[in-house]
Amino acid sequence: MRITQGTFSFLPDLTDKQIAAQVKYALDQGWAISVEYTDDPHPRNTYWEMFGNPMFDLRDPAGVLQEINECRKTFPNYYVRVMAFDSTHQVESIVLSFIVQRPKDEPGFRQVREEIDGRKMRYTTQGYAVVAKPEGARY
Amino acid sequence: MWPSPKARVTKSMTAATPTPTGETSDLALLYRESGIAEVLDQLDRELIGLLPVKSRIREIAALLLVDKARAAVGLSAGAPSLHMSFTGNPGTGKTTVALRMADILHRLGYTRSNHVVAVTRDDLVGQYIGHTAPKTKEMLKKAMGGVLFIDEAYYLHRPENERDYGQESIEILLQVMENQRDDLVVILAGYKDRMDTFFQSNPGMASRIAHHVEFPDYTPEELLQIAELMVRQMDYRFDAESLQAMREYIVLRIEQAHFANARSIRNALDRARLRQAARIFAEATQTPFVVPTKDQLTLLDERDIRASRVFRGGFIGNTSSQH
Repeated sequence: MRITQGTFSFLPDLTDKQIAAQVKYALDQGWAISVEYTDDPHPRNTYWEMFGNPMFDLRDPAGVLQEINECRKTFPNYYVRVMAFDSTHQVESIVLSFIVQRPKDEPGFRQVREEIDGRKMRYTTQGYAVVAKPEGARY
Repeated sequence: MWPSPKARVTKSMTAATPTPTGETSDLALLYRESGIAEVLDQLDRELIGLLPVKSRIREIAALLLVDKARAAVGLSAGAPSLHMSFTGNPGTGKTTVALRMADILHRLGYTRSNHVVAVTRDDLVGQYIGHTAPKTKEMLKKAMGGVLFIDEAYYLHRPENERDYGQESIEILLQVMENQRDDLVVILAGYKDRMDTFFQSNPGMASRIAHHVEFPDYTPEELLQIAELMVRQMDYRFDAESLQAMREYIVLRIEQAHFANARSIRNALDRARLRQAARIFAEATQTPFVVPTKDQLTLLDERDIRASRVFRGGFIGNTSSQH
């Protein structure tokens, strides 16, 4: 199951050229770009690992693309996303986030049902890959 | 100077290259569209002297234009390596030319942006193990798309300390200069003799830099023109006497210590402005209710220049040794 998180996630995977164009847009807005990766793509897992420091004061997407490629090389079968941070007063948050790499095989999520207090049901979401194996060996 | 090689190239292009498709490329049109003429004119107007530098810039501009024309008719036009080294004494205009160069390369479409990131050793080399690579890479990322200007580049290499981290920085630089030629242009700058030693001990660096541009010292006549230009830009003016004083000042100043070409002239003018202000202020307080006229406010008087210590032998106990 292809996971859909962040912007453009219902589109086919972006090519490097398209990624560069999106990053260029973000840089032109004055946003700071960072690259993050994870092997736990649970929808509630907000904080992925940072790959290097966030990049401030860039003018050109080439530097970001270099960082993305380095991350892909280090974690070839992880989820990798690009985030853009807007530091404008009272915004001060991530304003754009999109996935730039995903594992070849995405087993997806299942719904876990738990019976509590008689007939009451409690639901939770669990990733197959996450439950099956420990961190670092999942994808 | 410029139109003649251009005309020649255009003629030979149209005459000698009937390509298979019969297309021709109008170099003159490309030249006009790129807006490069404006930058080159500005270069001529605002930079006095520096003939070898200007001619090299024209050559590079011509090469990039011709490459564009070649690409337009389907001939191969590999991106040329445009890393440069600027060598010359202090105050000969290396930084100024680097800024212009960024503009020219951008207008010719060689770089994607016209920004210059100026760095020195401190910005590239870290203080402990593992600190240098991220620092250098961060600077390189900032410069991507434009020009990375490394001032006093020879400080990167410290031969007396074999564990110096500068070498690590140089290696990263070399790698990026080779592999990401379309992404950024590196300009190294520094004094001639020290740059030569730097290149000797880093042959990899020397071979990756295609353009070694030497900035000659200015002649006294050129320095006087520079002074006049600076004065004009600051909305001041010389009269005949103060111009003569300035001419004498320059001749004396060149012989004295710490002479830094155009920078010395700028400093001299800044001090002359201080003296002028003090003089006008003193005159105005002696005769109250007399407002200084515009003429008085703009004139740098002979006295303002002749009051300089340069006319009294310069720095105390340090009257010799030109740089």
